[in-house]
Amino acid sequence: MDFGGTEIQQAVAAAARKFATERADPAAARADREARFPEELIRELGGLGLLAVNIPAGYGGSEAGAVAYAMAVMEIARADCSLAVTMAVTNMVGETIAKFGTPEQKARCIPRLASSEWLAGAFGLSEPQAGSDPNSMSTRADLRGDRWVLNGSKQWITSGDRAGVIIVWARTDIGAGNRGITAFLVEGGTPGLSVGRHEEKMGLRSSSTVSLTFEDCEVPATAVLGELGHGLRVALSALDGGRIGIASQATGTIQAALQASVRYARDRRAFGRPIADFQAVSFALADMRTAHDAARMLTLRAAAQKEAGRPFGQEAAMAKLFASEAAQVAVSKAVQVHGGYGYVGDFPVERLFRDARVQTIYEGTSEIQRLVIARNILSQG
Amino acid sequence: MDIQLSDEQRQVRELCRQFADSELRPNARKWDVEHQFPAEAIKKLAELGLLGVAIPAELGGAGMDNVSYALAMEEISRGCAGTGVIMSVNNSLYCDPVYKFGTDEQKTEFLAPFARGERLGAFALTEPTSGSDAAEMRTVAVKKGNEYVLNGAKNFITNGPQADVVIVFANTDRTKGNKGVSAFLVPGSVKGFTRSKADDKVGIRASGSCTLYFEDVVLPERFRLGGEGEGFRVAMQTLDGGRIGIAAQALGIAQAAYEEAVAYAKDRKAFGLPITQFQAIQFMLADMATEIDAARLLVWRAAWMKDKGIRHSAESAMAKLYASEMCERVTSKAIQVHGGYGYIKEYDVERHWRDSRITEIYEGTSEIQRLVIAANVLKG
Repeated sequence: MDFGGTEIQQAVAAAARKFATERADPAAARADREARFPEELIRELGGLGLLAVNIPAGYGGSEAGAVAYAMAVMEIARADCSLAVTMAVTNMVGETIAKFGTPEQKARCIPRLASSEWLAGAFGLSEPQAGSDPNSMSTRADLRGDRWVLNGSKQWITSGDRAGVIIVWARTDIGAGNRGITAFLVEGGTPGLSVGRHEEKMGLRSSSTVSLTFEDCEVPATAVLGELGHGLRVALSALDGGRIGIASQATGTIQAALQASVRYARDRRAFGRPIADFQAVSFALADMRTAHDAARMLTLRAAAQKEAGRPFGQEAAMAKLFASEAAQVAVSKAVQVHGGYGYVGDFPVERLFRDARVQTIYEGTSEIQRLVIARNILSQG
Repeated sequence: MDIQLSDEQRQVRELCRQFADSELRPNARKWDVEHQFPAEAIKKLAELGLLGVAIPAELGGAGMDNVSYALAMEEISRGCAGTGVIMSVNNSLYCDPVYKFGTDEQKTEFLAPFARGERLGAFALTEPTSGSDAAEMRTVAVKKGNEYVLNGAKNFITNGPQADVVIVFANTDRTKGNKGVSAFLVPGSVKGFTRSKADDKVGIRASGSCTLYFEDVVLPERFRLGGEGEGFRVAMQTLDGGRIGIAAQALGIAQAAYEEAVAYAKDRKAFGLPITQFQAIQFMLADMATEIDAARLLVWRAAWMKDKGIRHSAESAMAKLYASEMCERVTSKAIQVHGGYGYIKEYDVERHWRDSRITEIYEGTSEIQRLVIAANVLKG
């Protein structure tokens, strides 16, 4: 048992923390206000090895492991949740290609994602009418000669307009139900792929979220990722890891809420004393710290299981559920500690409040996490 | 980050789990109803080394680490929470401070027989009008030559009715506030030491607590534990460890309630289906499992830090705060899953719910834990 980090983990976390403090944090408020995609910062993340933390060095990754990755996302999220999700999705796409891709697919995609030559990777699973239930997707891919032709649309795609490569799920066998879904690697700019509306989001405003439409979008047979008909396996595996990413993001959000609240409570005076002297305020800080530490350990536990090659689906679901729900409570308390100032843009907590809200929704809603956990515990013994 | 248990830790957990299943669970309801001290079970705990888990073998203990202690506390409390607190008080609140602050002579007389479980210890800090605010205590020990004369009363003292020796905190210099408090080892047999009848409690009814009275109790100087004026430090450091024990106790109570809720839900049918088929039930179970895991990680971290010699006041407080409040939520949900059966003594979940309530109060209320954590957060 060891609750500390290895040297590599500490080094990755320290690099992420330095970047978060010096580069991401000062830019976050403006990027949010202007809903501006932070291209330069993403290139810097690439330079630091943070776009491919848990990816083999042979493909340009940092090969630092899943725990280091979780720690890095926590640090970036503490400064800017939008940047953290953009980073997390690119890492997830890289990891998925590293796990399921052919040597050619890996050689083409991963170094470009890791280096930020491609600004982002994207994950095209959700559709307008298929979120938690991917079996109901209607995007299809039909084989014409030796090429697949994609038709359909995808919704809520993070970095969909910026991505060098998008993993797209489509039905390849209409009669085969969930055995008829296949994952494809579709490169940005492929004819027939068009970017639709940029969503006007309440939070995560400097990350890009778009819909994608595929109209007779042709890809070669070599674009199939993993086995034909086994796309759902690819998706569920990616989401198990992705949940660690979002749990890390939520944990970083709690940390940000706590730090902002501590700073404010020390400065702000009422009734002749700093408000930190009042238990009504200081107990809120104590609860935020406790929730943060529990969320962090659940998240790192899931990452450690993954790193050791053990099953981690239940642990990741617990981490995602707990951290994202705890983040809702923490950001609301942070706004409360700030009073009226918490409701306006002069302090970061109103942004945290908006950013946190999606964490119980994307990469599996809290309800889906509870289903995963319940299924697991009821199937034991 | 590595949360794997060592082989030795796994064995301790397995041993305690088996003991709890065979010796404690079958009897816990009876002990609860009859408010009966589980004397036989405590003897067996002693044989297993569980009354001095983290005390070195040469001093009568089992010589294990604090993570093992937390594992053992969880498993024993899963079997019977009252037995758990008897064990916790003897380990954390009695043996631990005697080991840490006692002289070699004191360790021979006052530690080894207790770590072996031949005798039972207690810890007396709380008074009728001084609970969370320990600095307000009224019990005094006045020095006369080579002796102290102790006067005052302590209440809610777990193991008080049975204890062979009690660590008693008293003012030796009222002008110095916290720095005027000293700790004493007070044998149950000394003249002037009397005990009330046992308290009638909501839960943890297998353990006894009572009020202790000290009337002109004469104590030789060699019964003082730690330096004069060092008592507050003894108490606070002891509670940092004690909180790990209580957090683990809460964890064990919650685990028992959770396991019983899962078993009941798999059996019970409604609307033609096992109730596990309904999301209302599934999601309660998922939340219970998640919160239990979160608490367990907080407990293990605090115990691990104690083993490493890292200061762990805030981490113990977080473990105690979260585990105890989690325990009340989880045991309440376990009743909800059981419906009407959860409200009657045919099932154990009503006892778990009653047992849970004290974990938010003793060894520092939730409010005291939040004070400790907030002070740490605001200092950082």
